[in-house]
Amino acid sequence: MKFRRTHVFAVAAVASLSLGVAACGSEGPSGSSGTDAAVSADAATMWGLTGGATETVIKESISSWNPAHSDQQIKVDWFANDAYKTKVRTAMGAGQGPTIVWSWGGGTLADYVKSGQVDDMTSFVQSNPALAKKFLPAVLKSGQVDGKTYALPNNNVQPVILYFNKDALAKAGVQAPKTWDELLAVIPKLNAAGVAPLSIGGQSKWPELMWLEYLTDRVGGPEVFNNIIAGKPTAWSDPAVIQALTMIQQLVDAGGFVKGFSSIAADSNADQALLFTGKAAMLLQGGWIYSTLKTNAAAFVSSGKLGYTTFPTVTGGKGDPANVVGNPANFWSISSKATDAQKKTAQSYLADGMFTDSYIDTLIKAGTVPVVQGIESKLEAAGSDKDFLVSEYNMVKNAPGFQLSWDQALSPGTADTMLSNLDQIFLKKISPQQFADTMNATLGK
Amino acid sequence: MTTSTTQAPGGGATASARPPGRRASSVTAHGPSLWFAAPALIIFIAFALIPLIGVFALSFVNWNGIGAISWAGIANWQHVLTDELTYNALIVTAKVMFFTYIIQTPIAILLGTFTAGRQRYRAFLAVLYFVPPLLSSAAIAIAFKALLDPSFGLGAGVGIEALSQDWLGNPDLVLFVVVFVIAWQFIPFHALIYQGGVRQIPTSMYEAAQLDGANRVQQFFYITLPQLKYTIITSSTLMVIGALTYFDLIFVLTGGGPGYSTRVLALQMYLTGFKANDMGAGATLGVILVVIGLALALGLQRLGGKNQSASQLEGA
Repeated sequence: MKFRRTHVFAVAAVASLSLGVAACGSEGPSGSSGTDAAVSADAATMWGLTGGATETVIKESISSWNPAHSDQQIKVDWFANDAYKTKVRTAMGAGQGPTIVWSWGGGTLADYVKSGQVDDMTSFVQSNPALAKKFLPAVLKSGQVDGKTYALPNNNVQPVILYFNKDALAKAGVQAPKTWDELLAVIPKLNAAGVAPLSIGGQSKWPELMWLEYLTDRVGGPEVFNNIIAGKPTAWSDPAVIQALTMIQQLVDAGGFVKGFSSIAADSNADQALLFTGKAAMLLQGGWIYSTLKTNAAAFVSSGKLGYTTFPTVTGGKGDPANVVGNPANFWSISSKATDAQKKTAQSYLADGMFTDSYIDTLIKAGTVPVVQGIESKLEAAGSDKDFLVSEYNMVKNAPGFQLSWDQALSPGTADTMLSNLDQIFLKKISPQQFADTMNATLGK
Repeated sequence: MTTSTTQAPGGGATASARPPGRRASSVTAHGPSLWFAAPALIIFIAFALIPLIGVFALSFVNWNGIGAISWAGIANWQHVLTDELTYNALIVTAKVMFFTYIIQTPIAILLGTFTAGRQRYRAFLAVLYFVPPLLSSAAIAIAFKALLDPSFGLGAGVGIEALSQDWLGNPDLVLFVVVFVIAWQFIPFHALIYQGGVRQIPTSMYEAAQLDGANRVQQFFYITLPQLKYTIITSSTLMVIGALTYFDLIFVLTGGGPGYSTRVLALQMYLTGFKANDMGAGATLGVILVVIGLALALGLQRLGGKNQSASQLEGA
C-alpha cells in the first residue's frame, strides 16, 4: 500500500508538472480593449494584434463603430504577435475562435480554408463592387484561395526594406550599399569604426528569413520559390538557394551581424534599438517598423537620420532588382463557426467600418501605406513622413513581383522546420547542403 | 496503481462494519480515513489522469490543431523516435538536469545549514535568500535577458568588458547561462527545505559529538549530512523532476535557441505541438516526458532504501 501510494504521488507530481506546461498554450484571451463594457453575448468578436499602426486604427474604428451600431457590436481582444499565432489555432480548433480572424494570408489561410474554419466571402465581395474596387488588386488577390475570396486586407503594405542610420554610416565614411559587393566592402570599415554593420533579431528567427528570401530572389528569381511551393522534388537544393545560404554564411563570417545577434528578439524591438542608438548601421526589416521607430525614436526619425533603400542587387543574378518580399497586408476572415448574427455584423464592419477616410488618414499618419487605391495625393500631403511613404508606395507599385514571406506561404509545420534550420545556418552549425537536404524531405508532405 | 487507490476509500469507510480484513485494518490502523484524500483525488483524476489518457490517445493520431483528426497508428512514434531532434532534446534535458543538480545541491545544503542557526542575522539573511523563488519565472527570464544583453545589458552598462559576452547567443555558452539562472532561482527554495531538515536534528546529538571532541566539520559530515538523508531525497526528487519541466524560464530566456542548444524536451514538445501544429508528435513527446519523469521519480524513491518506514530521526 505504502509503495503504491508513492507511485500515485509520483504520477501526480509528474503529470501536474507536465500539464502545467501544456496549459501555457491554452489560456483564455486577455487584455480586453474595453471599448464597450456592456457588449451583449451575440456581439461579434475580433482578435487584434498589438503594436504599430494597426492597433491604433482598429481601436479607433471599433470605438466609432460600436456607438453608431447598437445592434451590431464588436468586442476586441488583443494579443502579442507570437502569442496570437499559437492561441488562435488552438481556439479555432476548439470552436472558440473569434468571429473576425486575423491572418497573414498564404499557408495559414489555406489551412483554415482546408479545414473549413473560415467562410467563403466571394459572393459577399461580388455584391459589394465598391469594396473590391477599393483595394490594390495584387493585395486583394493574396486573400484568395483557389480563386475564391476568404480574406480581406485590413491595413497597410509591408515590404521588407533595408533601413540605415545615416550618422553611423557617416562615422565610417561609407554610403548605403547598392550591391552585394558594396555591402561586403563596407563591413570591415564599419567594424573598424566601432559600429556593428547589421542589426538583426536572430532569436525571433523570421528576420533571418528576410535575408534568405531576398537573396534567393535576387540570385534565382521568383521561380525558385514557386517551385518550392509547388512541391517539386529537390526544389530546395536549387543552386540559387544554395548560393543564397552560402552568401549568408559569408556575411556571418565577415562579421556582418552585430555581436549576440542570435539572442536579440525582434518582438521586443531590440533590433531597432541597435539601429537608432547608432550601435548598428543597418537593419533589414519590414515596412511596419517605421511606425514603431516613429514612436520609440521620434527625434531620430524626425531629424532625418533614418535612411531606407531597397535590398542590394546581386551581380549576375536572375531576379529583377525591383522585386520585393514581405507581407502584402494583414487580413480579416470570418469564422465559419460564428452565429449568423455575428457573421452579419462582421460583414457590415468589413464593408463599411474599414478604410473610411479617417481609417486611411490614421494609417497614413502612423507612417504606413494603406492597401487602397488612389491615395497618392494623401501620401504627398503626409508631412515629414511623405518621403518614406511615397518611396514605400512606389516600391510596391513598381515591383514586378511581391513575394509573400515564406514562413506565411508555407504550411506552419514546414515553416517551423525551415526557420529552425535557417537559424542553424546563421550559427554555422550546418552547411547549405545540409539545409537543402533537410528541407527537401519536407516537400510533398 | 489506479485500482488500488480507487478501491481504498471504500475499504476505509466500511472497515468498521465488516470483520477486520487484513487490508482494511491496515488502512484504519495507520491513519485517518482515505476519504480525506477524495478532494485531491478527484482533482487529480480530472486534471491529471484523464488528460494523460487523452495525450496518450492523441499520440496515435494525425491532427494539425484545427482540421480533421485521422488515425496515424504508430507513425508518430516512429517519427519521434527516429528524429534526431528528440535525442538532442533528451541530451540537452539530461545536461540541464545534471548541471543544475550538482550546482544546486551542495550550495543549498550549505546555505540551509547556515540559515538553520538561530542567530538573528541569519534569520534576516534567510529572508533575503528567499526572494528569488517569489518571482515568476517569466519575470526572472525577462530580467536576466535584459541584464545579459551584450549591447544594452549589465556589462555595457557598467563598462566591464568581461561581462558583455554574448551570453545567450553563443551556442556553447548558453546552456551554462541557463543552468546558472535556474540555480539562482531555485537554490533558495531547496535551502529552505534543508533549513527545516537541519532544525529537526536533535541538539543532543551535537552535544554528544562535542563531548567526544568532534569539530564543526566532523559534526557536519557525521551528523548533519546523514540525518539529512530523507531531506536530500525529497529535494533531489524535486530538482530532478523539476529539471524535466523547465519550460517557462527557457522559453522566455532563449526560446530554445540559438539553434537547438537549449531546446529541452518540454520545449520540443510545445514547439512541435503548438508551433509546428503537429499535435500527434507533440503528444508523443509528452508521453515520453511522463514516462521518463515517472521512472526517475520511482528510482529516487527506491534510493530511499527498503526501510521506507524508518523514522527520519533514527538514532535520535
